[in-house]
Order: sequence, then C-alpha cells, then structure tokens
Amino acid sequence: MALYNTHTGKPVVNRTRNAIIMVVLILFALATLFPIYFMLISSFGDPVEAGAMSYSLFPSKISFESYKFFFNYSDHSIRWLLNSLIVAASVMISNVFFASLAGYAFSKIRFKGRAVLFSVLLVSMMIPYQVTQVPLYILIVNTFEIQNTYTAMIVPGLVTVYNIFLAKQFMGSIPNEILECAKIEGCNQFQIYFKIILPLSKTVLAVMAILTFMESWNTFFWPFLVTNTMDMQTIQVGLKNFRFANTTYFAPMMAGATISALPMFILFFSLQKYFLEGVTVGAVKG
Amino acid sequence: MAQIAKQTKRRRIKGDSGYGYAFIAVALVVFAMFTAYPVVSAFIISFQQYKPLGSEYVGLENYIASFNDKLFWKSVYNTIIYTILTVPVALFLSFAVAILIIPLRKKLQNIFKAVYYLPAVASGVALSVVWLWIYDPMASGILNRMLSVFGMSNTNWLGSSSTAMFSLVLMAWLSSHGTSIIIYLAALLGIDESYYEAAELDGASFIKKVWYIVIPCLKPTTLFLLVTGVIGSFQVFQNAYLMTGGGPDNATTMVGLLIFNNAFKYFEFGEAAAQSLVLAFIIALISFIQFKYLGKEVEY
Repeated sequence: MALYNTHTGKPVVNRTRNAIIMVVLILFALATLFPIYFMLISSFGDPVEAGAMSYSLFPSKISFESYKFFFNYSDHSIRWLLNSLIVAASVMISNVFFASLAGYAFSKIRFKGRAVLFSVLLVSMMIPYQVTQVPLYILIVNTFEIQNTYTAMIVPGLVTVYNIFLAKQFMGSIPNEILECAKIEGCNQFQIYFKIILPLSKTVLAVMAILTFMESWNTFFWPFLVTNTMDMQTIQVGLKNFRFANTTYFAPMMAGATISALPMFILFFSLQKYFLEGVTVGAVKG
Repeated sequence: MAQIAKQTKRRRIKGDSGYGYAFIAVALVVFAMFTAYPVVSAFIISFQQYKPLGSEYVGLENYIASFNDKLFWKSVYNTIIYTILTVPVALFLSFAVAILIIPLRKKLQNIFKAVYYLPAVASGVALSVVWLWIYDPMASGILNRMLSVFGMSNTNWLGSSSTAMFSLVLMAWLSSHGTSIIIYLAALLGIDESYYEAAELDGASFIKKVWYIVIPCLKPTTLFLLVTGVIGSFQVFQNAYLMTGGGPDNATTMVGLLIFNNAFKYFEFGEAAAQSLVLAFIIALISFIQFKYLGKEVEY
C-alpha cells in the first residue's frame, strides 16, 4: 500500500517496520482472543467448586465431565439448544422472504406513498428499544396472552426494518432494463421477484440470513422476558439461569458458555466471507 | 398508437401498485404492530399509573418523579461516563489497527479480520460468564494473578465501586472493536492511490499522510461509527445486568438497566416508559449535535 513509503531504500528498515507491525497486531489479537481461549480451555476441567481448584491457562487434561454437569443441571438443557434453533431459523427464513419482498417493492415498484412509508421506517430505526419494550411486553403478555410460546419469541422479529433497508439498497442497483424485458415477456411481479430478483440477490440475502440468524441465536433479552418455564427457554436464557444457580461451579459454567457460543463459531469459520461482508454492507452509506 | 401505449403503461403502473402494496403488506403489519403501536403506546403509558385492569391518568407525574429521582440522574451520569470511556477509545484502537493491517498481504489481512471479529460472534451472555471469572476477586483470579506479576495487590474488580465501571469498560474495549476495524479497513481501501502518490512526490512522511489524507478521507466513516457507537452505548444494558446487576451501590447502573429494573422488577411501567422516552430524546439530541458539529463537511 502506498500509505507506507515503500522505497525507503533500505530493506532492513522495511523489514523491521513490518516486524514491529506484526508484533503489535499479534499482541492485540492475543488480548482479543484471550477470553475465548480461556473459556474453551477451562471448559475441559473437572466440575468441582471453584474454591477447590485454581485456574490454569494451559490444559492439564481434557475431560468432558463439565459438559455432562451442564446438561444434567436441567432436564431441558438440550431443549434449550433446540428452542434457540427453532426461533433463530424461523426468524431468519421470514426475514429473508419478507424483507426481500418489501425491499423489492420499495426499490423497484411504484406505488403511492412509497417514499413516505420508507422514510417512516428509516426514522423508526433511531428509536431505542427501551421505548418499545414495555408496551411490547404488555401487548404480548397481557393482550395476546401468548407468553411462553414460540410465537411470542418469533413474531416481533418477523421482519426487521434494517433488513428491508439492506434489501432495498442492494436491489436498487439491479438495472431496470432487465425487469422491463421480463415484463414485456409477460411476467407478472411475482414471477419477476422469484425468477429474476431472488437469483440476482443471492449474496445479499445470504448475508442477511446469516446475520439475522446470529443475532437471533445470541439474543438474550426478549426470550428472557417472555419465557417462564425451563422447557421454553433458549440457550442464552438457560445459560444465565445456570450461572445464577451454580455460582461457584467454574468449569461447567465455561462449558455452558462454550455450548452457547460454539454453533456460531462453527458457522463463522465456515461462512466467514459472508459474515465479514455483512459488516460493511450496511455501513457503506450509513 | 401513442395513446394506446400510454394507456397500457398507465394500466401497468396501476396494476403494479397493487403488487407493491401486497409485497410490503406483511412488513407493514409487523412494523405497525410491533414498532409503531408500541411507540404510541409508550407515550400513553408514560402519562399513566399502570394497572392491569384500567390504568389511571396521572399527567406528568412519572416524568416529574424521574427528574426528582437521584438514581435517574446518577444512571444518566454513569451512562455518559461509560460512553466517553468506551466509544472514543474503541474508535481510536480500531483506526490504529486498521492502519497497521493495511500493508499486510491479503491473506494475513483476512486472518486478522477474522480474529478481531470473533468476539462479536459469541453471545453476550457467554462473554459475560467468561469475564466474570476473569474478574474473580480471589488471589487466584486470572486478572489478579496477571497483575500480581507487576506487584499489584488483589482487587475486587466488580465488587468495589471504584473499579466496577472500569471493569465493564475494559471488557467493552476488548470485545467490541471487530466491526469498526472491518469498516475502517473497507474505507481505507477506498482511498484513491493518487493522493498518496502526490503526497509522496512532495516528500510527505507517513505521519503527514495519515494526518492530511487518511483522517480527512475517513471522516464520514468515523462519524458513522461515532454516532452508531454512542447510540449503542446509551442503550447498554446487558453487560451491566449480567455482570454487576448495576452494583455496587449503583456505580454501574446505566439508564438502560434502570428502565429495565423499573419495568420488570418493580413493575412501574409508567415510570419506565417516561424514562425510556427521555432516553430517546437524549439520544436524538446527541446524534443531532454530532451531525451538526462534526458532519459539516461530510456529504451523504
């Protein structure tokens, strides 16, 4: 990169500079990774109370007893993972479908009130979630009386404004000529959406799917509010309960944390490209 | 001929507008039900004393009670301190790291990007569990043991009011920079090479290039990250709730947590709604100020 002066003349200078850069970056990387490393390593320890052991930064042995301890804590521990999966998958699928439909309509179909409606949606993104949480809770729990159901966890997130915005931004760049051709060929809007828009937007939809799934999997607050029995909780809520019930069991707590985070790590390492793309895609034109 | 074309065109637009409404229908219903209605409802609740069977209107009482509440102001103060300590430092760190990554080979860049982004993938609950043990107050606690090498004595990191806030801040520094590093990197790659070449012809040093080219070019990015960072930081709730519960002695009670406690611990829905609207107002005001004073030369 030309930000750095490349022709200082002396290769020694360049080499030492690069070495210093690498050392700084690696140190910072170690600091970033340390908590995750600590979590993984400690989860293989024995499930004894913290007072009886001292933490070690290097594994002396590998035992899965702590994982067993975590799953034995409640009859529903496995169910927590399943619940998280059900909720996250439903939210992901409905977001990809409905956000892309709405994004297409907002970017390519003309109808009265389009601009106004879209700006209302954009403005609503600025509202902090604290404002809506109390009325939403009252609506779900007192009005609809669907507390402790999958519906309660899924429905408020069926389609998010952020995803509509993402879809609209991307689909706006699809050339109109293609759509006009399709229309002349006799396609109606549904066919255009399914046969042209969806295939062309694969990448952005994949990014949307992954980020939505991750966010939903990791979310703690809303499932925590609307569930009240162990069998309906998600893994994040379950982990929190486990922590408050077993405040001294160090290794099992780390095992629980690993269990809640591992699926996302696996997803991240296998679909890294989409994750990293997803970070920039929404930020380019704030 | 022209008239027929015009007619069919009009019909087509008319026909399509039906599709338009159909396509946004679900999104609009979800939005109306779970965002628009709750916002309106929050305004109404904030003027009420909430009771499950018929709430009472109490006028501005909830707002007045909040403004007279010392804890409310303390939580606002805590939130501001937390924001000042986290957001600018995180931005500076991300900027520095992005600059350092740029000269590396593409492959190495990607590895570092992935490493720095990794904590953002882990759930907040998992991270809070891990950090809780890093901050273990015993002599055997990880952080205490690391610092004892430098001769520091044991600290009750989360349990004493002088260090609790700092502990949350440190955690934020080390787990939330991934996104901004990646965004900065993308912006850095977008700077036109010719600027550097011109600067090099003038004999500009590395520092001068950063100061006169990179920082001005990245101003929109910085503003974006600053505004979103501040907005996020003002809503912070989860770490305080899971790590300290707002304690000790409310040293880490932030507005987000206070609202949560009022709503779901004491079931004072009216007061919680009033405070959340005050929070929304503060956030809007700060965002506006940032755009006004920092966004002058930034084009969107």
